[in-house]
Amino acid sequence: MFLAWRELVFARARFGLMSGVVALIAILVVLLSGLSSGLVNDGVSGLQRLPVTAFAFAEGTKTDSAFSRSTVNVSQAEAWKGRPDVGDAAPFGNMLVNAKATTAAGTQVPIDLALFGVEPGSFLAPAVSDGAKLGDPDGIVVSQTVLDEGLALGDTVVIDRLGTRLKVIGTTGDQRTFGHVDVAYLPLRAWQQVHAGAGPGDEAREGAYEEATAIALRARDGSRIDLAGGDAAAGTTSMTLEDSFSASPGYSAETSTLTLIQVFLYAISALVVGTFFTVWTIQRKHELAVIRAMGASTGYLMRDTMIQATVILAGSTAVGFLAGVGGGTLLTTTAMPFALEAGPLVLAALLLVGLGLAGAAAAVGRIVRVDPLAALGGQR
Amino acid sequence: MTTSSTSPRPGYRRDRAEQERGGLLVEGVTLSLGDGDATVTALDDVHLDVAPGEFVAIVGPSGSGKSSLLAVAGALTTPDSGRVLLDGVDISRASAREKARHRRERIGFVFQSGNLIPALTALDQLRFALDVAGRRAGDGYDPRELLDRVGMGHRARHRPHQLSGGERQRVGIARALVTRPAVLLVDEPTAALDRARSDDIVTLLAAETHEANVATIMVTHDHDVLHHCDRVLSMVDGRLSE
Ligand SMILES: Nc1ncnc2c1ncn2[C@@H]1O[C@H](COP(=O)(O)OP(=O)(O)OP(=O)(O)O)[C@@H](O)[C@H]1O
Ligand SMILES: [Mg+2]
Repeated sequence: MFLAWRELVFARARFGLMSGVVALIAILVVLLSGLSSGLVNDGVSGLQRLPVTAFAFAEGTKTDSAFSRSTVNVSQAEAWKGRPDVGDAAPFGNMLVNAKATTAAGTQVPIDLALFGVEPGSFLAPAVSDGAKLGDPDGIVVSQTVLDEGLALGDTVVIDRLGTRLKVIGTTGDQRTFGHVDVAYLPLRAWQQVHAGAGPGDEAREGAYEEATAIALRARDGSRIDLAGGDAAAGTTSMTLEDSFSASPGYSAETSTLTLIQVFLYAISALVVGTFFTVWTIQRKHELAVIRAMGASTGYLMRDTMIQATVILAGSTAVGFLAGVGGGTLLTTTAMPFALEAGPLVLAALLLVGLGLAGAAAAVGRIVRVDPLAALGGQR
Repeated sequence: MTTSSTSPRPGYRRDRAEQERGGLLVEGVTLSLGDGDATVTALDDVHLDVAPGEFVAIVGPSGSGKSSLLAVAGALTTPDSGRVLLDGVDISRASAREKARHRRERIGFVFQSGNLIPALTALDQLRFALDVAGRRAGDGYDPRELLDRVGMGHRARHRPHQLSGGERQRVGIARALVTRPAVLLVDEPTAALDRARSDDIVTLLAAETHEANVATIMVTHDHDVLHHCDRVLSMVDGRLSE
């Protein structure tokens, strides 16, 4: 401790340089963490906010395309409802559409929507923070992000090609997006009509009104759903809500890319710190030999270096995080998918400091090998 | 082995009882360095007795084993055979951990050109030695007073790079003495100094040896400073003689 602090002050340029690198890495880590959280929100917040434990898709559905490929019969919900561990089951329709919104002012803006078809009154029907609940045959309840883009309650959305007109009657008040597209809840019957490609007034083909994308399942309180058993009984292929995130367009690719970048950043940070302390130890080899000749124990010297590493890492991570959160707060007001969440940030800070300490610890092992004999006769 | 006061060994001065009581006793130490064909006998049956307050110089050609003797006496190396007694305690067979403890508590080293820690001021060099030894300034250890004694009080806040070679060596001597060791081991303290400065440093060493009542061994090539020493021994091919 005696030497650690004085050396930090004495070699402040060198330590400052390394702190700068770690602080920059910390800024990047914050931004990437925000981007990850933002992308997760953009990709699957619509799914996350559903009161759903699992989805039962058509039998044999592959995960990566489950929401776009699967079609089930609404009657399959009954088979699931009969299961003892299932609290509730309801058909769920999911499809992406392009549409044009006509605002009250009369201007037309293109808008993409993820249509979530649910039975009004079922457990899937969204809570509404403003406007009316789902129920109107052509009324939609939209994610708050739709209103942020300039639409208002009462505006009309026209689906491209079909010409189906839907009216914005309510908002969920929070962000609900699916594959970067804003979610619009609509009554299952309206969804079925759009899904079957029937325009306004047309009668959809036979069977269209029995279709849904999947059966949404909610576990009975305190129990876990026996998915395999239910699948056998209902003739479906089910997966948990979390597993179904991978079925959101682009979700796996985006999150794995970001995870990879973050893993690299942590590795780089640990290597930078490890390399710095290795070079630092080698530079001080003669000095360390003198101190060992003076009788300092290995533990005494290691403790000193680890104190230095802790001070540097904690300080530069704190500075980097403050700067990153400051810059990130500006980003959250832009269209960029970016969200600062305390949990992931705390984890990132702990990882950065922890891995840096591991790097320093690896370097500090060299101290053991410094021979105090080298102090005798040495030139300095 | 006899215990008469007239020792049969070169390097012995005191009788057995006195040797057991205090100072440094090197007894029949042999040390080989290197391995295989490159093995060198650095120390060959060396006997040396230094009383507290006695200033012993060792001279000899390069490679004769002078530094090796300091390494053995200072618990830096384990000899192949023989014993090293410090105030009557054998330190030669101690574990690495115990050797480190002996070094920080009872042995002071003065190296060539000081070997000070670059980050520390002159005063902090002494405080650091106390910290390493687990001692506290105040409990009879007075780094400021000692710095004054070696004539460096006015440079207490200077770092090594702001000091001259002679000044660094003075701080180095104070650092070695601040823990009040039983033995002071000095390796070529004047190698980097001019003649006048060398004489000052060795004068200081002699004065401190007597003042602090420490058993001092100084290795040197500098024959001009030997008149300050109580005894001069010479080393040739690992053997010590008067
Ligand atoms: N690590 C080592 N391995 C092998 N041989 C060594 C080692 N260190 C020293 N020696 C040899 O041991 C002998 C004694 O070396 P030592 O350093 O004690 O001599 P010295 O009297 O201090 O010489 P100088 O006056 O040059 O400092 C020399 O022959 C040297 O080459
Ligand atoms: Mg030598």
